Amino acid sequence: MSEESQINYSSEGELPEKIAEEVEKVAREKRLNKEEKEKLKHAVWNSYLESKFEPGEVIGIIAAQSISEPATQMTMRTYHFAGTAGLRITYGLPRLIEIFDAKHEPETPMMTIYLKKQFNTAEYATKFAENLIEKKILNIVKKISINLNENSVELELQDKKKTPTIVKTLKENFKEFNTHTKGDKIVVVAKGEVQVKDLQKLKEKILNVSVGEIKNIVNAVVHKEGEDWIVTTDGSNLEKVLQLEEVDERRTVTNDIHETAAILGIEAARSIIIKEALKTMQEQGLDIDIRHVMLVADIMTFRGDVRPIGRYGVAGAKTSILARAAFEETIKHLVRASIRKEVDNFKGIFENVMIGQVIPSGTGMFDLIAKFEEEKK
Amino acid sequence: MMTEVFLNGKYIGETNDPQKLVKEIRDKRRLGLISDQINVGYHDYANEIKIVTDSGRVRRPLIVVENGKPKLTQEIMDKLRKGETTWEDLLKTGVLEYLDSEEEENTLIALRPENITTETTHLELDPSVILGLSASFIPYAEFDRGDRVNYGAKMVGQSIGLFATNFLIRADTKSNVMLYPQQPLVQTHAHKVLNYDKHPNGSNVIIAMGCWEGFNMEDAVVINASSLQRGLLWSYMYRSYEAEEKRYLGGQQDIIGIPQAGVRGYAGEDAYKHLPEDGIIHPETVVNSDDVLIGRTSPLRFLGTMDQFISGVENIRETSVRLRHGDSGVADRVFLTETTDGTKLIKVLIRDLKVPEIGDKLASRHGQKGIIGLIVPQEDMPFTEDGIVPDIIFNPHGIPSRMTMGQMLEIIAGKVAALSGKTIYSPAFNPTPEKEIRDALKRYGFEDDGREVMYDGRTGKKFTAQIFIGSTFYQKLDHLVSNKIHARSRGPVTLLTRQPTEGRSKEGGLRLGEMEKDCLIAHGASLVLKERFDSDKTVVPICSECGLVAINDHIKNKQYCPIDGETKIINVEMSAAFKLMLDELKSMLIYPRVIIKED
Repeated sequence: MSEESQINYSSEGELPEKIAEEVEKVAREKRLNKEEKEKLKHAVWNSYLESKFEPGEVIGIIAAQSISEPATQMTMRTYHFAGTAGLRITYGLPRLIEIFDAKHEPETPMMTIYLKKQFNTAEYATKFAENLIEKKILNIVKKISINLNENSVELELQDKKKTPTIVKTLKENFKEFNTHTKGDKIVVVAKGEVQVKDLQKLKEKILNVSVGEIKNIVNAVVHKEGEDWIVTTDGSNLEKVLQLEEVDERRTVTNDIHETAAILGIEAARSIIIKEALKTMQEQGLDIDIRHVMLVADIMTFRGDVRPIGRYGVAGAKTSILARAAFEETIKHLVRASIRKEVDNFKGIFENVMIGQVIPSGTGMFDLIAKFEEEKK
Repeated sequence: MMTEVFLNGKYIGETNDPQKLVKEIRDKRRLGLISDQINVGYHDYANEIKIVTDSGRVRRPLIVVENGKPKLTQEIMDKLRKGETTWEDLLKTGVLEYLDSEEEENTLIALRPENITTETTHLELDPSVILGLSASFIPYAEFDRGDRVNYGAKMVGQSIGLFATNFLIRADTKSNVMLYPQQPLVQTHAHKVLNYDKHPNGSNVIIAMGCWEGFNMEDAVVINASSLQRGLLWSYMYRSYEAEEKRYLGGQQDIIGIPQAGVRGYAGEDAYKHLPEDGIIHPETVVNSDDVLIGRTSPLRFLGTMDQFISGVENIRETSVRLRHGDSGVADRVFLTETTDGTKLIKVLIRDLKVPEIGDKLASRHGQKGIIGLIVPQEDMPFTEDGIVPDIIFNPHGIPSRMTMGQMLEIIAGKVAALSGKTIYSPAFNPTPEKEIRDALKRYGFEDDGREVMYDGRTGKKFTAQIFIGSTFYQKLDHLVSNKIHARSRGPVTLLTRQPTEGRSKEGGLRLGEMEKDCLIAHGASLVLKERFDSDKTVVPICSECGLVAINDHIKNKQYCPIDGETKIINVEMSAAFKLMLDELKSMLIYPRVIIKED
């Protein structure tokens, strides 16, 4: 494009703070003089204006089409094992649906844990990963038996050093039993009369008690990415993991949107939605503009909680009765509206298409507001 | 443990030696002591024997193998050839037997004699019998990818040919007959067995592989205009129409004949002009879309309160049979007969000549389908040194991805067949070998790869590349554009919603669907959207007080509300579908109030 033909927007307006900062930074780095800096600002301002949507642009439908068109090409492959990580991850369309439906628990919860600088070595990472995996007494017990004479369950650990901590956990978990040590053995004694059946149940329960701080993490794998040793986990427990000393809490994430929202706040949840949706699409070799996903994530989170796209979320919160009735659960919406004497103001697109009026978007969103008096002679 | 025995699904008893029982039945059958239609299966997993003699089972013949040797010997084959023994004899002597699905479970069937082991119980008559009827028509099928054979078999079923030899005295609802069908040059056993030369469904064409100015891209084919003028792939489409002279209660009945002027639905004198006095069209009359074929009038079925007192023509409705919308043709023949109830029945057969045109679907037998993309005069088509001009130019881009090598072999085999004057026999798994065909080509003075030097018909210049050319069998499939072409600007609407009708036969509109609507919205083309969706727009008078539909009295020329009387009535433009929804809401006891602000 030649210099003349370029669209010359007035550079009156203010650039957004972050972009303005960046311009300043570049100008400093490149040691631009005043004239050059003005030129740069002008160029940035022009491209900023060009990338803005025009008033009346139907960004929602454009975003929907931009996401759903490539999504139709997604293959039906649901699961496969990621080569190095060796973890099971939901991929493709099922994962995308999971994200936009804001499912309460992802099918395969997963954490990506970064370590602090001083712990960022292969040995530390491996040891850390090992400790992370949720262990049950089942995994560390050497011997377990029922003592019918004393109405008790006796167990012996592989690692005798752990005995005091286990006793503590057992005491917390089984308050109606007496727990004490007898030599190397831990003994859980029933108070009063019990039947053999109950002792057997107790034994099962003891075996399933989890030891250690962190629950839900089934597996953890270490791999290197650039400079960092990263621990990827099967299962998620953001709250507990963030409290660990070795963890770099600034970069560690989970793929569970609701967990993120609860622990790090709604903005973090929004970021996770964007990141996960984009990642899912890109894994399938589909490239979509981040801004479409950002819009969807904004709509899902702008009320302060994570809401799904669909009947119980975004679509169900439409103001127009007709638009809701046309989507799903027609009768419910119509009946409810008639009972409450609701009024449809015909401000949206869908309801105006229904009655055959000009839709209030695109070329149809403009109207003459001021009324001029007839010209006086 | 005792084994339960079932005869035709019914429990008849038990045995403690199932193997012996089954063997006895089979041996007796093979000796001809009991009917050869009895089959028996022993299922050891369920510990039951199933003997079946039902009608309607699918059974197929197999050669019996005993002790690793087929019972059909060369000796018997020779006898068969001389006519000294028959198929029935072989069944009775246990050389052949028919098996059903039940007994098949107990067999190990060898495809070829060399595959027979000591375990083998039966031998296939021919390895290609594992294919079905349609797939058996494909030569060199094992050189094609499996899915292509599947597609090819499916399209064989859609091909136009001589579906029945008595088509002249039949009145099928719709049928197609090819004018000059040929038997293929490259055949399989199915062609022989089924007397395919008596009812073929396609034609041999000279096919050249090459691109033609992009007119044969994306599976289209370029076809020689002169070949079409010589009658290549022409066909007739027959469609039958019928009218019955029904009798009703009360002595009334339909009357077949030219309707009197004045009956309800009378279409005007012109509409019945071409009908003879009896109201039934003469054979060889040219007819067009919606023309009357059989004139008929019927008594009114549901009489209104006033209608009961009216008699004569006022009480009669026109119910003539007309040609389908979009069809045209010539009345071929008229059948006059009566139904089982004794009422008069007339069938009219309409014939329409279908000359191949741009958009008609053609296919070879290897799942290679395409439509005609261009019809080129013979003088512009490429030609070989010998002056051979192809009938069809097939785009070579269709070959690599589909890997239909069977088609390539058929083309060179067809070339040899055309040169030698003898058909080539190449069923699946037992084809005439490629080498034999290549040698024959060489003998006739051609390149053995089937390629030839060709010249451009328009410029006379030699093509740089040699072109693969040969003969292959092509079918015209029953997807002709003339039966599908459709467009509408204005036309009929449905009664309820006032939206355009659906479908070609009803001169329907093409729906601008949900997703198309979204595209218009996304483009911000609001006024285009409104225009596209106002096919059912109506102006509805609405009462400004109650917000319900008011009354428009044309006679008194005033508008009023049935509830509030003469209030301010506002005329609102809305879609008829929305008005219908308002009515439906009212029927559900929901009060849909239209609030209008007027400025």
